[in-house]
Amino acid sequence: MKISVQEAGFDLGQESQDFAAGHRDMGAIVTFTGIVRDAARGGMVAMEIEHYPGMTQSALEKIAAQAMARWDLGDALVIHRHGRLERDEMIMMVATAARHRKDAFEAAEFLMDYLKSRAPFWKREITAKGADWVASKAEDEDALARW
Amino acid sequence: MNILYFAWVRERIGLPREKVETSARTVLDLVEELRAREERYAVAFSDLSGLRVAVDQELADFDASWEGVREVAFFPPMTGG
Repeated sequence: MKISVQEAGFDLGQESQDFAAGHRDMGAIVTFTGIVRDAARGGMVAMEIEHYPGMTQSALEKIAAQAMARWDLGDALVIHRHGRLERDEMIMMVATAARHRKDAFEAAEFLMDYLKSRAPFWKREITAKGADWVASKAEDEDALARW
Repeated sequence: MNILYFAWVRERIGLPREKVETSARTVLDLVEELRAREERYAVAFSDLSGLRVAVDQELADFDASWEGVREVAFFPPMTGG
């Protein structure tokens, strides 16, 4: 299990290759990548992500350990950035390796749902006019109910 | 006890962390003590439904009680991913 909380960018291709190469016995690898976009079309130019340094790593480790316990996974990877990110930069990625694709897909979705509302990160959108904290969405909280 | 604030809670209170002497034994007791200190705390803690809390770096409920806790953090709902 690799869990990385980092300010620096990451190479999606390299991370995916390395992850897959370490699991040649696994028939399914799923990856998800989150990218900084101006979703609300509010003129966002960048995003700042604050986190809780003492807690973030352990919170992510616990979420990943839950996924490993619940699905038949060979491994899981989580990379999540913090600090200032420009538009189009990659914020985070998860990857799961399993013998079968259903486990890999479901576990990746579970990881994403929990990362959204149970990992101590807070996003702030920077526009030409100023900066606004991104409000959490009720649907993100509701998404946890299905697990 | 160390108290940490993140995101807009940090901005409203005006500092990222502070050390307080408290006899509070639950999160709610601590919140009441903080509210009584100054207006900026009362404002930040006016609606607990919009806040989350971690006790010793684990997410907790506001009615959670504790023994020998070292660190309590207050913050808005998380927006990771």
